Amino acid sequence: MKIIVCVKQVPDAKDVKLDPVTNTLAREGVESIMNPYDQHALEAAVALKETCGGEVIVLSMGPPQAEEVLRLALSCGADRAVLVSDRSFAGADTWATSYTLSRAVKKIGDYDLIICGKQAIDGDTAQVGPGLAMRLGIPYATCIQKIRNADDSAIVVERMMDEGYDVLQSGYPVLFTVVKDINHPRVPSLKGKMKAKKAEITRFSAADIDADPSCIGLSGSPTQVVKVFPPEPRGERAIFSGTVDEQVELLVEKIKPYLV
Amino acid sequence: MTIPFFDRRNMNFVLYEMLGAEQLTSYDYYREHSRETFDAIIEVAEQIAREHFHSHNVKADKNEPVMIDGRVTIIPEVKEAIGHFTEAGFLASHHREDLGGIQLPWVVNQACFSIFQAANISTVAYPFLTIAAANVIEAFGSEEQKARYLPPMLDGRCFGTMALTEPQAGSSLADITTTAVPTPEGHYLLRGNKMFISGGEHELSENIVHLVLARIVGAPPGVKGISLFLVPRYQVNPDGSLGEHNDVAVSGLLHKMGYRGTVSTALNFGENNRCVSYLIGEPHKGLTYMFHMMNEARIGVGMGAAMLGYAGYLYSLDYARTRPQGRLPSNKDPQARPVMLVEHTDVRRMLLQQKAYVEGAYALGLYAAWLVDQHKYAPDEQIRKNCGLLLDILTPIVKAWPSEYGLKANYQAIQILGGYGYTREYPVEQYYRDNRLNPIHEGTNGIQAIDLLGRKVTMFDGAAFKRLLAAITETIEQAKSEPVLKEWTGQLDQALTTVETATAALLETLGQEGIETYLANASLYLEMTGHLVLAWIWLRQASVACRRMESASGSDQKFYRGKLQACRYFFHWELPKVHYQSQILRNMDRTCLDMQDDWF
Ligand SMILES: Cc1cc2nc3c(=O)[nH]c(=O)nc-3n(C[C@H](O)[C@H](O)[C@H](O)COP(=O)(O)OP(=O)(O)OC[C@H]3O[C@@H](n4cnc5c(N)ncnc54)[C@H](O)[C@@H]3O)c2cc1C
Repeated sequence: MKIIVCVKQVPDAKDVKLDPVTNTLAREGVESIMNPYDQHALEAAVALKETCGGEVIVLSMGPPQAEEVLRLALSCGADRAVLVSDRSFAGADTWATSYTLSRAVKKIGDYDLIICGKQAIDGDTAQVGPGLAMRLGIPYATCIQKIRNADDSAIVVERMMDEGYDVLQSGYPVLFTVVKDINHPRVPSLKGKMKAKKAEITRFSAADIDADPSCIGLSGSPTQVVKVFPPEPRGERAIFSGTVDEQVELLVEKIKPYLV
Repeated sequence: MTIPFFDRRNMNFVLYEMLGAEQLTSYDYYREHSRETFDAIIEVAEQIAREHFHSHNVKADKNEPVMIDGRVTIIPEVKEAIGHFTEAGFLASHHREDLGGIQLPWVVNQACFSIFQAANISTVAYPFLTIAAANVIEAFGSEEQKARYLPPMLDGRCFGTMALTEPQAGSSLADITTTAVPTPEGHYLLRGNKMFISGGEHELSENIVHLVLARIVGAPPGVKGISLFLVPRYQVNPDGSLGEHNDVAVSGLLHKMGYRGTVSTALNFGENNRCVSYLIGEPHKGLTYMFHMMNEARIGVGMGAAMLGYAGYLYSLDYARTRPQGRLPSNKDPQARPVMLVEHTDVRRMLLQQKAYVEGAYALGLYAAWLVDQHKYAPDEQIRKNCGLLLDILTPIVKAWPSEYGLKANYQAIQILGGYGYTREYPVEQYYRDNRLNPIHEGTNGIQAIDLLGRKVTMFDGAAFKRLLAAITETIEQAKSEPVLKEWTGQLDQALTTVETATAALLETLGQEGIETYLANASLYLEMTGHLVLAWIWLRQASVACRRMESASGSDQKFYRGKLQACRYFFHWELPKVHYQSQILRNMDRTCLDMQDDWF
């Protein structure tokens, strides 16, 4: 089975800030991570490969630094990685992104399954997965919480619903987006790290994927962000989790500075 | 907020700035590596240690292994954590590629392991025992034994133990009585009792391989009659599948002060006279084989002690920065806001003392691990030889000094937390209890002292001792020209002479009065030499800090200043001790030697 996993490099949600002047995300000095949902998508793909055989290809559209998440994916079990990177892709919205990814997928060709995370934690749109399927003209299902079984002709999955879940069966090719309940992503292995360090990452430019210049980047993006602004502060609130003891400990830590 | 249990900045300092570990990648055996691979691997260790080991450190302490219906039951988090450790590949990391390893330098391995030790010393004991046992089999096992037992030990299906101690024979392994009877089939039948065997029974892995010291019937008495046997809990068939349960029974679990997550067992071998065991290597060479592996195991113990001390230091540092209490002596206003503990000089003394002990012990441990790499793989034969000598003489110190002083650091961590430190709500008392084992196992510190003075100082005509003095002198020479370090180079030079003089005086006694008098104050000798070595390690750290200070940025500046201040602490408060210790030794003080049993 040939599985393509779409991964995105995102700023670590813990330290995202807005640039007060440009009202865009300030990426300077912010740590980048693999979008958490994509980690689950990758794990689902690698686990499937381990039972059914085949190949896992990770695909990312992004700046050259996005290579980092591709190497991380390689160290967690992906077989090869493709970075779609070109200055002309900058400023893409979900419409242009799904177009660009679809061109790259076509160039890779001959796939059975595409797995994406449910959404990226920076844009939070949840549109790219479905958009990509539409562009490719293949069926898709979102919010998959379990892959029940898969063989050469069909795959059976569970789709999370508000209450309970649906059981869906599909032939190939098909695209799924996954939720975090689907698995626990593995820690990279040492051998994986060594392999990833040396691996060649395939680069596709706009020309390589034969992209229509009017469909990519800013010019291919009908959505325009009018304003990005931080919500009005509502006074500090904190919600603690963990066992009761842990929560009490956290609470005490929190109020300690005010006690004197 | 989680309080860090280890310090990556300091690890990088020791690994790269002090030891230059990247240079190992120019050796053929390590050619696949680079600073990037080292860092990537350390990150994996950090992630697994944080997420899967540290998270149940307290729980494992509160829920020690128990026997239920004859089976040892351990909290599930232990197995899960070790699963991650194994899957990542840490069991095999230092081995050759064809064995499934990645040929990781031992010093980087040890740096990774140190994170696990700080996170949860008792859970990581299981894989560490397995790694040590696999090392023995790899070095001395037959091809057939290697083929059958190594693969499952390197991928985590089979764990290992080291079964040396018996109820009547701990320090004195010469007195073990477990016996092995040869059979016509070529294997042996083992019979005897072993005590304190860590990881002796559990269901964390499919199988367990015990490495057991025993005497073949008719063997000569003493250490020259001890052989090493491989005893699987379940027999392993030629195809690797598991066969019958072997005749190894748990006669009881031991309930300990610390290290509670590691199951400690008393084992009976051959109760039914069918304990099938396999000789490793040649007969009567068992102890030699075990000791061959001891350098690395003892470095591991020293590192563990340093890391427990370190974790306590970091915790008490955080506490001292956030706990308001009292006012400075100069402030007479009772209405004034209290200061944080760290503002009190006496608390800073306790912090500095911990810092000097644990960062010193840590750097010493990694230095020793670096020597292991040099000794094995340096292309230059002379370097290999010199590093081997240094390793020989330093091993008892690397084991004993951190276990003595790491514990003292934990004492101060508790002291900084005051009454709270004494309660079980804070982790520092557990660190103290855990760390209390380290002066006892892997050869008590008393035995290490006898090893140092009785064997290592005199070995090869004193070549190892001389090599150590020469290495210290080289550092002094290099540091001399740096004005900031001048005072300390002078003090270290004096201490060096002091230790040298005391050693010469002792050796003279050995000739005149015999071994009894010579070894009478061996523990003090180890303490003195240990302090000399630690001062040397501190001077090396200070030299690096000095060199880098000028071009360093804000946080690095502070880091290097901290190094210099801790070095100053060690030289002003600790190093002078060698002079009075040396005096006791030179005087051949007989107070302990002459004390009579019936005077107590
Ligand atoms: C938690 C724990 C885990 C352990 N794990 C293992 C394990 O996995 N495998 C294993 O084989 N063993 C293990 N041990 C055993 C450990 O190695 C021994 O406890 C240790 O070697 C000391 O032996 P002993 O307890 O019999 O003390 P003893 O040998 O009776 O020593 C008691 C004291 O007398 C001193 N002493 C003894 N002989 C001399 C001498 N000749 N000169 C001067 N002083 C001397 C010692 O230094 C010590 O202070 C473990 C012990 C503990 C507590």
